[in-house]
Amino acid sequence: MNETAIAQQELVTAPQNEVAVELTGSAALLEALLVEGVDTIFGYPGGAIMPVYDALYDYKEKLNHILVRHEQGGIHAGQGYARTSGKVGVVFATSGPGATNLITGLADAQIDSTPLVCITGQVFAHLLGTDAFQETDIINISSPVTKWNYQVTDATEIPEVLAKAFYIARSGRPGPVLIDITKNAQIQKFQYKGYSPCNHIRSYRPKPIVRHEYIEQAAALINQAKKPFILFGQGVILGEAEKEFKAFVEKSGIPAAWTILGAGAIPTDHPQNVGMLGMHGNYGPNVLTNECDVLIAIGMRFDDRVTGRLDKYAKQAQVIHLDIDPAEIDKNVKTTVPVWGDCKETLPLLTALVDQKQHTEWLAKFNEYTAKEVEAVIDAELHPTSGEITMGEVIDQLNKLTKGEAVIVSDVGQHQMVACRYADFKQTRSNVTSGGLGTMGFALPAAIGAKYGAQDRTVVAIIGDGGMQMTIQELGTIMQSGVDVKIIILNNRFLGMVRQWQELFNERRYSFVDIQSPDFVQVAAGYRIPGKCISEREELQPALEQMLNNKGSFLLEVMVTKENNVFPMVPQGCSVSEIRLK
Amino acid sequence: MDKQEFNITVYTENQIGLLNRIAIIFTRRKINIDSLNTSPSEIKGIHRFNIVIDETEDVVRKLCRQIEKQVEVLKAYYHTNADVIWQEMALYKVPADVIAEKASVERLLRENGARAVVIRKDYIVFETTGHREETDNLIKVLEPFGLIEFVRSARVAIIKDSDGFNSKIREFERLDPSEEVIENEYLNKGQKVFTM
Repeated sequence: MNETAIAQQELVTAPQNEVAVELTGSAALLEALLVEGVDTIFGYPGGAIMPVYDALYDYKEKLNHILVRHEQGGIHAGQGYARTSGKVGVVFATSGPGATNLITGLADAQIDSTPLVCITGQVFAHLLGTDAFQETDIINISSPVTKWNYQVTDATEIPEVLAKAFYIARSGRPGPVLIDITKNAQIQKFQYKGYSPCNHIRSYRPKPIVRHEYIEQAAALINQAKKPFILFGQGVILGEAEKEFKAFVEKSGIPAAWTILGAGAIPTDHPQNVGMLGMHGNYGPNVLTNECDVLIAIGMRFDDRVTGRLDKYAKQAQVIHLDIDPAEIDKNVKTTVPVWGDCKETLPLLTALVDQKQHTEWLAKFNEYTAKEVEAVIDAELHPTSGEITMGEVIDQLNKLTKGEAVIVSDVGQHQMVACRYADFKQTRSNVTSGGLGTMGFALPAAIGAKYGAQDRTVVAIIGDGGMQMTIQELGTIMQSGVDVKIIILNNRFLGMVRQWQELFNERRYSFVDIQSPDFVQVAAGYRIPGKCISEREELQPALEQMLNNKGSFLLEVMVTKENNVFPMVPQGCSVSEIRLK
Repeated sequence: MDKQEFNITVYTENQIGLLNRIAIIFTRRKINIDSLNTSPSEIKGIHRFNIVIDETEDVVRKLCRQIEKQVEVLKAYYHTNADVIWQEMALYKVPADVIAEKASVERLLRENGARAVVIRKDYIVFETTGHREETDNLIKVLEPFGLIEFVRSARVAIIKDSDGFNSKIREFERLDPSEEVIENEYLNKGQKVFTM
């Protein structure tokens, strides 16, 4: 196999420059970023990517490069940026360790369908395969965790490869792309004829064509359903179909529940929004999944954390699955009617065919379960009157102060489940969290990126004491860039989620979950970030106000109950209807 | 669903690294590839993978969808052995003196549909092409004469119901819209998999 991909790629070209100019590969790369509308790059220089950084010196005015403290921080920042802005996140790293440090973020972006273009430097082409200094086979290492990757060894390939990279990253089901550029190609001068964005690759079908017979079949099923139930995921947000989705929900009158990445696609307080699905989701949506007659899954992939035990999942229901990725249909849950396509196109077609209805009684059933959950769990979590501060009341207070308008970036663990369960999302692209991969250490760097992606919004990172220590070095990025990120550490002095499982399933054998932390406020002070640590209930609201009103970043550490558990919970291996309230 | 042999045919662009991307779809799921062949196809510049695995149809269908997700893959089909014409080639090296002394070489070749590719003083190389039983059978026949080396090629398979990829490739080359997703169209002679 020897020809390049480029030979087979057809570009629908914007007019190219009539006159070619001589550019280095590095400059051509930066030109490509400008045409693609990139304004922010997260990166870290190193030997094999030095020519790109040298070229960047001349582009400082046009491209804002944020120097991170670790490449993992760089890629998570790129993810945060992509998630709030809807644009492709761009990340630079050098070869070898720089490149391998991207892997966790690539895997995270792959499983959460986040559009990224990562540029890695590579040793000179003539050194490939010689175990050269900082050489690593990043193409093969990253293959399972990228939507596409490609190694450039000749500068003339750069414009077309970059065009392809951006097109693949953002189109269809988005995902991360890695472009590895050997140092010789970065230095090489060639006749640059301009940059033409790509909109077609012969072998790549980003969107399956909409098949009207299935839309009709889906509408017929929905119209005769007595207890239909909508499950929505991030596909609605990625497809920018929030309006179309809301129209469908409101016309059909069907209760709708969300996966954690779907949160915010319609406002949390929408009367038909019945809550969160899955292991720590709400009571009603889990139990009633096994009572509905038609299940309408929109832009979600039936993750095991959502379905629980698969052979006891919604067996009574006919399943309609709307997804842009044909491989998701029937992957986990057998579909009655598959609605392939972009939900921005398929939802309006479906809305047109469904009857205007109100499923009042059925919706009331969800509310009955909500009432039970409020009594058994939520009240004590959000409005405790004695004892230590709970995680839930921090989120509840925050909701009141931000009026649900903030971007909430959560890390992974108990605080993440609490944040997703209780945060109030008034608008879309407000919930940034590592859903599929569950990457501890995601939140702090992702929050930095999230702020660059949504500069006019308040960005609040909610992080556990464990996750904070995984990427704490990114406080340096905050210090140097001056980005305004509010950091709340919910410190329960445990690796709380693992501890919860050890309590419930391992007879309280607390094996290595007792974690000590530094004085976070002092650490922040070392980075010249103001902070505060509180442990009393009456301090909570003023401290949150102080944090939100502070001009610039602020770190608020809240000492919370040590051994609180997140409930409800669908224990692993159990059906969603076996959800426990305690 | 029972496991059986499936022949997966993948039409792809000619791209470095694609073999790895396809292989890891199997290895990630701990599925062993019994046979893998890459070759040119009926269309210039388009490659054709023939992959053989022993799995249930449900698993094979999901694997094909994952394969088709790869950017450089045009199409992946799967078929049972009954739906394809398939062949494997095998080579056998035996010592010349033993076999000349003990067997009627000519009869042996005739009975096994084999031919001698190389005849030297010290050894003879036989070749036969056919199904697994046929190539296996010649091993048994030659073993008594001291089989020095044996090798069998990957399987190549032609799809009985296929009209080839020429018309398909034109669809792919069109800018817009995407072609319809028809599951494994040749398997059920164009019948769609999903029905109400």
